[in-house]
Amino acid sequence: MMSEMKKIKHHLTEPLLMGYAAGTLPEAFNLVVATHISMCDSCRAALAEYDAVGGEVMLDADPVSMAEDALAATMALIDKAPVIDVPIPAPARNGVFPAPLRDYVSGDLDAVKWRKVGGGVSQMVLPTSDDASVRLLRIPAGTAVPDHGHRGTELTLVLQGAFVDETDRFATGDVEVANEDLNHTPVAEIGADCICLAATDAPLRFNGLIPRIAQKFIDI
Amino acid sequence: MLTDTNVLTKADAPFAAPYYSAAKSKVVRKPRAQNLSADVTTKRIAWVAQVSAVRDGQDKAAFAELFAYFAPRVKSFLMKSGASPDLAEECTQEVMATLWNKAHMFDPTKASVSTWIFTIARNRKIDLLRKQRRPEPEELPWGPEPEPDQVETMGLQQETEKLGQALAALPAAQRTLIERAYYGELTHSEIAAETGLPLGTIKSRIRLALDRLRHAMK
Repeated sequence: MMSEMKKIKHHLTEPLLMGYAAGTLPEAFNLVVATHISMCDSCRAALAEYDAVGGEVMLDADPVSMAEDALAATMALIDKAPVIDVPIPAPARNGVFPAPLRDYVSGDLDAVKWRKVGGGVSQMVLPTSDDASVRLLRIPAGTAVPDHGHRGTELTLVLQGAFVDETDRFATGDVEVANEDLNHTPVAEIGADCICLAATDAPLRFNGLIPRIAQKFIDI
Repeated sequence: MLTDTNVLTKADAPFAAPYYSAAKSKVVRKPRAQNLSADVTTKRIAWVAQVSAVRDGQDKAAFAELFAYFAPRVKSFLMKSGASPDLAEECTQEVMATLWNKAHMFDPTKASVSTWIFTIARNRKIDLLRKQRRPEPEELPWGPEPEPDQVETMGLQQETEKLGQALAALPAAQRTLIERAYYGELTHSEIAAETGLPLGTIKSRIRLALDRLRHAMK
């Protein structure tokens, strides 16, 4: 993963970083953001800035008085719950999935329970809050995902391999942020299967009758 | 990233110009850092010392001082984010207890105490108010140093202070937009659609500090 870091070309947008720092994104988006940041130093630094902005916004808020016994109550909380030092798991540098994604899959790429969704494409929907959805996609090398548009925002993070669409090429670590203006047909490059993490806050819109029928079955 | 474009686009706006030119040249930055009011950075260094005292000596007096300053602001932030006064009170006490329990996790070369407490409060907010899990990025292979570098600590604290000042110096309409984004009154698509947000301006300073830090670590 380390060797991949320098090559990341497509990053998170500033509004997504700000939303992640503010804690206002849907959980599905948070997972894509946290996974990309695990792979991308420059977005990690950008997030630190947005956290700092949050700290300054908080400092600027008009203080609201705490209850009279608040400090004593807090000390009681501290005494009640002695420090449990949860060791931070050392990053597994050999895996395909960064830690936050491994949490949701309960393992690495080999633990994914793929379900075929047609056209050779497989997916696994990950459990999150229902204000948006997130899934792993496996697109066999050389295969196209049907031409589709978006009602809301779609984030696609490449975890392995690469895909090309009408806008550019997206390789490992790259994230494509698509909105209503984009209709695209992503095609996985020849070579390895393309594994992506894709989140959307609205159903995709497929531009053809057969894919529209398929959509009912594959739950996109 | 978009930041560069934002800074360039806003270079013609009068308020952005000084930040833009300052960000371009390290020669300009040095004297500015020295002109910074000693009081305010002293305040941030004092917070760092208080957190260290909690970590190393379970110092209740130092904790009480942090509590007196930060708890009412955390409570205010949580109420503006939609918590009832009772829930905000309870949640703030938990945030401050976390500060005590996780004092060994704080790294003053990477964050100001205000930033660190904000991230604890934000995570508690997602947990309690939004009832969601919060996926966090993978930790970097290195953790906080037992003896953080004084120069790096001072640099980061100063940059955060400058960020706060840049935020305070924004026209009221722009500052309000940023506040609304952090209080959850704007979705990410609304943030994206909002052309008045001075994202490049407010962040250029601290990004430089963090970039220097990252390069120093490699």
